[in-house]
Amino acid sequence: MSEHIVSPKVYLIIFAALMLGTGITVWAAFQNFHQFNIVIALGIATIKATLVVLYFMHARYSPGRTQLVIVCSVFWLAIMLALTLADYDTRPHDMTLAVPQVFYCV
Amino acid sequence: MSNTPPTSDLELPSTHYLNATYGSGIRSWLLTTDHKRIALLYLASVTVFFFIGGVLATMIRIHLLTPGGALVTPETYNKLFTMHGVAMIFFFLIPSIPAVLGNFLIPMMIGAKDLAFPKINLLSWYIYIIGGSFVLYSFGTGGLDTGWTFYTPLSSVYSNSAVTPAVIGIFINGFSSILTGLNFIVTIHTMRAPGMTWFRLPLFAWAHYATSLVMILGTPVVAITLLLAGLERMFHLGFFNPALGGDPILFQHLFWFYSHPAVYIMILPAMGVVSEIIPTFARKPIFGYSFIAGSSIAIAVIGFLVWAHHMFVTGESTYAALTFSFLSYLVAIPSAVKVFNWTSTLYKGSISWDPPMIYALGFIGLFVIGGLTGLFLACLGLDIHIHDTYFVVAHFHYIMVGGAVMGYVGGLHFWWPKITGRLYPESLSRAAAVVLFIGFNLTFFPQFILGYLGMPRRYHTYPPEFQVLNVLSTAGASILALGYLLPMIYLTWSMRYGKVAGKNPWPATGLEWTTDSPPPTENFHVTPEVTWEPYDFQNRPDLGLAAGTRPLAPAQGDD
Amino acid sequence: MHRTGDLYGHFQTLEQQKETATLGMWIFLVTEVLFFGGLFLTYTINRSAFSTAFGIGSNTLDITLGAGNTVVLILSSLTMAMAVWSAQVGKKKLVSIFLIATLGLGSVFLGVKAVEYKQKFDHHLIPGRGFDMKYHPAHPMPGDDPKELALEKKEVEEAFSHDPDINAHGQLYFSLYFGMTGLHALHMIVGAGLLIWLIKGSFTGRFTPQYNTPVEIVGLYWHFVDIVWIYLFPLLYLIDRHR
Repeated sequence: MSEHIVSPKVYLIIFAALMLGTGITVWAAFQNFHQFNIVIALGIATIKATLVVLYFMHARYSPGRTQLVIVCSVFWLAIMLALTLADYDTRPHDMTLAVPQVFYCV
Repeated sequence: MSNTPPTSDLELPSTHYLNATYGSGIRSWLLTTDHKRIALLYLASVTVFFFIGGVLATMIRIHLLTPGGALVTPETYNKLFTMHGVAMIFFFLIPSIPAVLGNFLIPMMIGAKDLAFPKINLLSWYIYIIGGSFVLYSFGTGGLDTGWTFYTPLSSVYSNSAVTPAVIGIFINGFSSILTGLNFIVTIHTMRAPGMTWFRLPLFAWAHYATSLVMILGTPVVAITLLLAGLERMFHLGFFNPALGGDPILFQHLFWFYSHPAVYIMILPAMGVVSEIIPTFARKPIFGYSFIAGSSIAIAVIGFLVWAHHMFVTGESTYAALTFSFLSYLVAIPSAVKVFNWTSTLYKGSISWDPPMIYALGFIGLFVIGGLTGLFLACLGLDIHIHDTYFVVAHFHYIMVGGAVMGYVGGLHFWWPKITGRLYPESLSRAAAVVLFIGFNLTFFPQFILGYLGMPRRYHTYPPEFQVLNVLSTAGASILALGYLLPMIYLTWSMRYGKVAGKNPWPATGLEWTTDSPPPTENFHVTPEVTWEPYDFQNRPDLGLAAGTRPLAPAQGDD
Repeated sequence: MHRTGDLYGHFQTLEQQKETATLGMWIFLVTEVLFFGGLFLTYTINRSAFSTAFGIGSNTLDITLGAGNTVVLILSSLTMAMAVWSAQVGKKKLVSIFLIATLGLGSVFLGVKAVEYKQKFDHHLIPGRGFDMKYHPAHPMPGDDPKELALEKKEVEEAFSHDPDINAHGQLYFSLYFGMTGLHALHMIVGAGLLIWLIKGSFTGRFTPQYNTPVEIVGLYWHFVDIVWIYLFPLLYLIDRHR
C-alpha cells in the first residue's frame, strides 16, 4: 500500500480554514442568535474537527477500515448522548434535575 | 462413550515456551513478552481473585442460613456482598477468558507468532496487578459497602468505607481491559497467516473480536465515571450529589453505559469457547458459522443500546423505560441464534462425553435459563415486582456462573493439553463437571423462587418463611465449591503426573492443534498457510484421526 | 520480541508493522473519544439544567487567552503535520525543527492555561471550600477592566436573585471546567513527553521515508488532543457572551 504524501500547500489551506473558523466562532458568540448560538458554535467546531481528521490525520487517504473506526467512535458517542438525553428530555418539565419522579400505575 | 482415539505413549517436545529460558528464572517470567506466559500470569492472578470472591460468597451464604443472620453485623454484610461483586466482576469474570485463554490462543489460532503488541500485553497484566492491589488495600482497610455498582451519593458522599482506593483500583484496572481489547482487535486485523481469511477464523476469535469491541468502547466510560465519583468524594464536588445540585441518575446512566455491555464482555468469550467445543465433540462442522460470527457482533452492538433497563425503577422517564425495554428484548435474538445453532450442530453428530463437552452442554442449558429470565426482567410491569430481589441475583448468576464460569472451566479443560502438554484424569473430571452442575442449580434455582416470593437482595435478614430455600441454596453452594476445588486439584496434579497429550488429543481442527503441546515460544516452526475451512473434519488428513473412526455426519443432516 | 533494524520479530514485513501501529493508535483514540465523551455528557446534562450559572461562570473566563490558546494549538497541529511530511520526503533536519516547534507551541498553551488557573485561584473560583462567585466583583484585582467588572457584578447579583444556589451550580460549572481542561492538559503533557522522545530520535536521523511510523502515530495523538480543545473552547468559553 503506497503512502499518499499530503503536500504542505494543502496543510496551509486547511490551517487557514481553521483560523477562519475560529474567528467566526468568536464573532458569532458575541451576536445574539438565541438558541442557534450553540448550534453555530458546535457546527463550526465539527467542521474544524472534520478538517483536522481528514487532512492533518490523513483520514482522507487512509484505508476504509480507518474511516470505519472513526465513524464508529462518533456513532458510539452519539448513542451515549442521544439515549441519555432521551431520558432527560422526556421527563415532565416541571421537575428539577435532582428530584425525578417515578409514576406508577397502581 | 468417548470417541477420542487412544493416544500412544508420547513424549513432550524438548523445548517449548515453558522451559525456554532467556535470562534467569523468575525474571524471564515477570519480563516476558510471550503471550503464552502472560496468559499463565493472568491464570494465577485471576484464580487468586476468584478465591477471594469465593470466600466472600461462602460467608454470605453461611450468614443467610438463618433469618436473623448467623455470621456478621449488618454493616459487615454490606461489605461482604460489595467486595464479592467487585472481586468477581472486575478482577475475575472480565479478564478470565480473554486474558487467559484469549491471550494464549488467539495468536496460534490465526497463525501468528505473538499478538500485535507483546509489550503492551505485559503492561496490561501489570496494570491489572496494580489495580488489584489498590482494591485489595481497600478490602483490607475497612472494606467497601456501597454495592459493586457504587451508586451515588452513598459512594461519593455518605459511605464511611474505603471507597476511594477501590475506585482508583477499578479505574486503573479498566486500562488493562482496554489494552487487551486493543491488542486483540489489531492482531485479528493485521496478523493473520496467509490463507486465514475472516470467514476461516475460529469462532473463538470472532467472539473475542466482538468482546474487544465492547472493551474499547465501554470501559473508558466507566473509567471517567468512577474518576468523577472519586473526585466528588475527595474534593466535595457536586456532580452526583443532590444536595449540591447534582444528579444521581446521571451517575447511573454513565455507570450502566459500560456495566451492561460489560456483561457481554463476560459472556461472549464463553460463547466462543462453546462454539469450539461443540463441533469438536460432535465431530461435525458447526451449523451456521456465519450466523454465529455475525451474532457475536450483533450482541456487542445491540448490547450498548440497553443499559437503562437497570434503571426502570430508579427514576428514568417512562418513555426511556419503554425504549430500553424494547431494545432489551431485541438483544436476546442473537443469543437465541447461537443456542439454536449449537443445538443444530449436535443433531446427528457423533457425540462424545469428554469433560469439556459436559461443561459446554451445561453452559447451553444454564445460559438459556439465565437469558430467558433476563427477558422477564426486561418486562416493565414485572420488573417493578422483581427488581432488587433474589430473582435478579439468580438471573445474573445463571449467566455469569452457569454461563461464563462454566465456559471458562470448560475452556481450561479443552485447551489444558495444549497449554501444559498433559491430560487430566478422565473419570474424575467428568464427575467434577457433574458435581459443579448439580451444585450450581441447587444454589441458584431456589433464589429464583425466593425473588419471586419477594425476598430483597442485599439484605442481611429475611422473613422466617424464606429459610428453607435459603438453606437449600447454602447447601448447594457447598457442593458448588467442591465442583471448583476438584479441578483446581487435579489440573494442578496433571501438570506433573498427567499423561502426555501430544499435539491433538481430541482431535480438533483449529490451527493451534497443529503445533506441539506445549507449543514452542514462536508458536509455529514454519508460518502456516491455511487452505481449509474451519471445523472441516472430513478434509483434514493431517489431523490423524485414528483408524476405524465412523464416517462423519454431514452438517445439514442427510434428508 | 527481538528486533532486526526497525522490524520487530513477530511481524513479517515493515508494511505489516506500520499498518499494525497505525491501527493500534486509531483504536486507542476511539477509547479517548469515549473517555472524554463521559465528561461531555456530564457537561450537557448540567448545562441544560443550570444554564444561568454556566453562563456567568463562562463569562469569568478570559476570551483573549482562550482564543489565543486555540490559535496556538491549531498552529501546533500544523507544525506536527509538517513534521510528518518532512520525514516522508526525507528532510531530516526539518523533522527536528517542526517537532521542536510543536513542543514549543504546546508549552505556550500549557503556560497560558497555568496563568488562567492561577487567575481562577485568585478569584476564589476553585471548587471546594472558599468558592464564591461574589468574591471577584467585591474584590477587584489590579489590571481588571472596571466596565467588565461592573458587568460581572450586575450579572452575578441578578443570578443570585433568581437562584440562591448559584454558588453550588457555579461550582458544577467550574468542576467541569477544571475537570475537562485539566484532563486535556494532562493529555498534552503526555503528548509533550512523546514529542521529547521523538525529538531525541530525530537528532539521530532515525525517521526516514521508509520508517516514520512513530512520528505519524504521535501526530495522530496530537491532532486528537487538538480536536478535543476545538470543542472545549466554545463549550466552556463562549456560552453566554452575547449578553
